[in-house]
Amino acid sequence: MRIDGRQPEDLREIQMKIDIISSANGSAEVKFGNTVAVAGVYGPKGLFPRHLQESETGILRCRYNMAPFSVDERKSPGPDRRSVELSKVIRLSIEPTIFLEEFPRATIDGFIEIIQADGSTRVTGINALSLALASAGIPMRDLVTACSVGKINDTLIVDLNGEEDNNSQADISFAILPSKNLVTLLQMDGILGKEELIELLNMAKSSCEKIYEMQKKLLKEKYSGE
Amino acid sequence: MKVKEIVLPGEVVDERKGRKLGSGVYLGDDKVFSKVLGIPKVDENEISVIALSGVYIPRVGDRIIGIINEVEISGWSVDINSPYTAFLPFSEAVEEFVDMSRTDLSRYFDIGDTIYCKISKVTKNKVVQVSMNDMSAKKLYSGVIVKVTPTKIPRIIGRGGSMISLMKNKTKCDIIPGQNGVVWIKGEDKTKAIEAVLTVEKESHIVGLTEKIEKMLT
Amino acid sequence: MGSYAIEMIEKGKRIDGRAFDEFRNIEIKENVVKKAEGSASVKIGETHVIAGIKLELAEPFEDTPNEGVLVVNIEFSPIASPDFESGPPGEDAIEVARIVDRGIRESKAIKLDELFIAPEKVWGVFVDIHVINHKGNILNAAALASLVALLNTRIPKIVDGKIVRNEFERKLPVEHKPITVSVCKVGNKYILDPLLEEENILDAKLSVAIREDEKICALQKQGSKGIDFEEIEKMVDLAVEKSKEIRELIKWQ
Repeated sequence: MRIDGRQPEDLREIQMKIDIISSANGSAEVKFGNTVAVAGVYGPKGLFPRHLQESETGILRCRYNMAPFSVDERKSPGPDRRSVELSKVIRLSIEPTIFLEEFPRATIDGFIEIIQADGSTRVTGINALSLALASAGIPMRDLVTACSVGKINDTLIVDLNGEEDNNSQADISFAILPSKNLVTLLQMDGILGKEELIELLNMAKSSCEKIYEMQKKLLKEKYSGE
Repeated sequence: MKVKEIVLPGEVVDERKGRKLGSGVYLGDDKVFSKVLGIPKVDENEISVIALSGVYIPRVGDRIIGIINEVEISGWSVDINSPYTAFLPFSEAVEEFVDMSRTDLSRYFDIGDTIYCKISKVTKNKVVQVSMNDMSAKKLYSGVIVKVTPTKIPRIIGRGGSMISLMKNKTKCDIIPGQNGVVWIKGEDKTKAIEAVLTVEKESHIVGLTEKIEKMLT
Repeated sequence: MGSYAIEMIEKGKRIDGRAFDEFRNIEIKENVVKKAEGSASVKIGETHVIAGIKLELAEPFEDTPNEGVLVVNIEFSPIASPDFESGPPGEDAIEVARIVDRGIRESKAIKLDELFIAPEKVWGVFVDIHVINHKGNILNAAALASLVALLNTRIPKIVDGKIVRNEFERKLPVEHKPITVSVCKVGNKYILDPLLEEENILDAKLSVAIREDEKICALQKQGSKGIDFEEIEKMVDLAVEKSKEIRELIKWQ
């Protein structure tokens, strides 16, 4: 039994909302238990002249940022090395799905703000950003769906919360284009045998399939009339 | 309330069956997938998806409403409500022969002027040129501008122009919808026209919209 | 214009004639920096990095008061490549440093619990990697250089609370030897140890840190395209196989 009573394969309670930032072209908020991520998309919009030279395709820029009050011990505002790395891996988790060739000399800016952090913030952010991009009308091959899996007390689990993250023997961040079976984010640290790794990847894939259904349902319901 | 079917990026719209691929879709294994959150438009000849949101990407032939934002040496820079700015060359705007090195072009079009023009060229890198060399092209005086999602403009025009005629007749306003999502409205009772346009944008996916607009404007 | 690297790979060859799973010549020299407590120079082909270890007095983290701390940094010095600019580390340098860090940290290579000195005082192990020439595959070179440097690191004596730099009390306790191998996907082919030209055209890269007992300690997918779910296992297997060969090179360290 896990700290919060979940079964190993249980996701936390998930809540999703779209269009929560009217200034943005698209936006969404996703909660996995107590982890809250807000995503906003601006663009496509024109690039400043000095960047015009080489972009025959559009550019995607992503910024992952944690609010100072989102964690137990206040986090200094501004990017730290972890945020810089996460901004990069998040951008690369989304880039493969966007038809950037349709926007030469333009940029799509994606922002993820972590309002409350209780484990698995980057994957929660990716799920929110994916919804925001669809809502902004950005042409994509598929939605991007993400989740975390890991090993704690010799048990393989899905969707790590903060405490599990800190005490895990291994944790994996995983993102996939579900209908294309294409993995766009894969990070792992800890100690795992190869068989365990493969089993965890399979667990991640099926959890993402569940989350994907929720994302799709939300986007369709938005237009079912108010 | 009945809505038209919505598709999402990555969802199958239909099998290709030799049909033409319109906007908003891509091909994979002879199946046609949607690129965007939108409404599928499928007939015997073409498969496309009309996006429910998104910016204007210029296409040659589009008739659009632009605003002059820069007077340059040999033409004007035009804001066409897109990530891409357009250029209106002097030769495409004015029929007179003029010595450009001695003439200030702002006497023809100045910053802030609104024009109804045509997209005449779009390069691979989306460098855009517009032209006033078209029957319907003109400078627009007074009136107001409403910006809507560009993909909703066909709905605002309606089949065979039915929706826009309805709006023009009932409100007695001049209404020009630019394919770039910019709608120009001029007349006494602009408010009703504005409301009608905004309602079509908001509810373009709802069935029975024409009746609703008719009721609204009576 | 298509890339000549892709053209060759599609036909089953590489620009420099190597096999797809072949590494360039690896040259390792340890203790190259006298002022560092441990160091190593690693060349993989023409890619050259130097790792230097400095041991400093540090404050432990709150939740691990009896453990030493590990800090890994890498400098993409402009001297190494026309593509590197002066200034603080960019996202690429930060990413490489953090992957190398995770390989060392997660594998428990260093016995951090043997680095306690006194309450609120532990040894800080600072791993600084300097790129001297960038001709592709910095990550694997950096991880290898860090490991060799750590295996040769000696802990200085402390006299009256101060470090005495050229007198040593013991070797840094290193218990595991993680090796990092990056597997690159180009179309439907996999290559190891990419040249710079190959790095610029690859679709995706999966970097794997493997311990001597074949446990996997870190994974990082890089590159701007995705990887088919089914391919992951194959790529991991390739990395594990190759890691054994590379570890052979340092078995006498």
